Amino acid sequence: MSAGGGPPLLEVRGIGKRFGGLQAVRDLSFEMARGEVLGLIGPNGAGKTTVFNLLSGFLAPDGGEVRFDGRSLAGLKPHAVCQLGLVRTFQIVRPFPHLSVLDNVRVGALARRPQMAEARERARAVIEQVGLGAKAGQPAAGLTLAERKRLELARALATEPTLLLLDEVMAGLNPTEIEAIVGLVRSINASGISILLIEHNMRAVMTLSGRIVVLSFGEKIVEGPPAAVANHPRVIEAYLGEEYVHAPAR
Amino acid sequence: MRWLLLAALAVLLALPAWINSYAVTVFIFIFFYAFLGQAWNLVGGYAGQLSAGHAAFVGIGAYASALLSVQAGLTPWVGMLVGGVLAAALGTVVGYLGFRFGLRGFYFVLLTVAFAEVCRIVALNTDAVGGALGFYITFTGNPRQFQFQDNRAYYYVALGLMLAATGIVAAIERRRFGAYLIAIREDEQACEALGVNTFRYKMLAMVVSSFLTGVGGTFYAFYLFSLQPNSVFGIPLSVEIIIRPIVGGAGTVLGPILGSFILSPLAEASRVYFGQGGWSGAHLIAYGLLLIAVVLFLPQGAYPALRRLWVKAAAR
Repeated sequence: MSAGGGPPLLEVRGIGKRFGGLQAVRDLSFEMARGEVLGLIGPNGAGKTTVFNLLSGFLAPDGGEVRFDGRSLAGLKPHAVCQLGLVRTFQIVRPFPHLSVLDNVRVGALARRPQMAEARERARAVIEQVGLGAKAGQPAAGLTLAERKRLELARALATEPTLLLLDEVMAGLNPTEIEAIVGLVRSINASGISILLIEHNMRAVMTLSGRIVVLSFGEKIVEGPPAAVANHPRVIEAYLGEEYVHAPAR
Repeated sequence: MRWLLLAALAVLLALPAWINSYAVTVFIFIFFYAFLGQAWNLVGGYAGQLSAGHAAFVGIGAYASALLSVQAGLTPWVGMLVGGVLAAALGTVVGYLGFRFGLRGFYFVLLTVAFAEVCRIVALNTDAVGGALGFYITFTGNPRQFQFQDNRAYYYVALGLMLAATGIVAAIERRRFGAYLIAIREDEQACEALGVNTFRYKMLAMVVSSFLTGVGGTFYAFYLFSLQPNSVFGIPLSVEIIIRPIVGGAGTVLGPILGSFILSPLAEASRVYFGQGGWSGAHLIAYGLLLIAVVLFLPQGAYPALRRLWVKAAAR
């Protein structure tokens, strides 16, 4: 997970987004190296999902620039961003409810493999990889939440990305399920895919991430390795309030 | 299933030798509306973009080939392609406005209805195309002018149109284009995230759909020999086009055909039985009741329900 040589995979420079009176993201900058897992954390409403929307082309930033693989993403629609190899999942999963698991994933696979038979093969492999093999023929509407999260992940993976943005893929899952997803995310990263992770499950995000960026009220307050971030007074302040920062350590 | 379809096709091919001219007419309407329904199915059924103004494309195609034939002597066999291209041009404009500006649901319905109404009002007020009096084609019975002495010729032309449109839709369904249209109907944003240029595919669906519908306009003109703006551009025709695929199963290859086999004879029968004595609108009531029944009991249409029965029977 160490940073390789060459230019960064993702460069975010001073992007911002305002919704009416709310500055959802302010002057945010960070970089990701190839092969890295970067955690993006922060209290509810900190602007994490807005950042994903800005990176993936669902929203245009008011200012600043996003460069991916050395290319500016300015003005690109989500489908074009995906074609470049940057794909996102949705926090509230959006399966195609009437389609089977296989057909769901095949839509993702078609992005790089226009032939239906080839896309189907790729979809099958990804479904096995995420552990949904037994459910391939079932309609997505009948899956449990844990299975839907895996489906969301599988569809994104099927597009063969170089950078995967995961928006709370563990939310609402029980500890066993989280354990399994952590293993899955790790194996995806080991296969060479860089991952930007929004996650509220601290244990998971601390184990997976090489570095963490902390957002609060739309601004980056801290960036660094998990251990340093976890004990940083500004992070504790953002999550728990100022009075806990100076509380004596036990 | 394949053998059943082939057998049905053989029956349809042989049928005109056995039935009388009136029954042939009923089948012509079944095929023609199945054809229009199939054309609509692509954009309305597969892509889930509810166009309620497809009569506009019928009208454009009908007027184009009729005018070209009567005033410029162009054979409608070519005119039908010209009509299709003009209808596709209008479809491109409607689609661009609707899809570029993200009109969904009711707003797209209103946009498509508005365009059809504009066409109707323009035709009503343009004397060069007959205005409110309508446009009439003199019957010559010359096949080169898309006119036939024998009703059975129209039967085979209508059957051919239906089969061609169904073949096109079936081919699209098996390709990426079709898979993307279905996914767009399910969740457009998720499609975008997965690399699908939703605007482009919706536009393509609209262009193919409006082209086919425009081609159908030629059949309309040269089967009925009279074009009335209120009929050929009217909302009732748009509704006729839509309800067959909905009843039969929107977004399925066989849905529009099945729907037309259910509804077209029903429309015809109620016209015959209720036609006299001031009951002429009664078939619309029958339609209404049937639609309510379909929405309540077969919300995906008749074909998916039949298919489930078929699968169950095959498993036994």
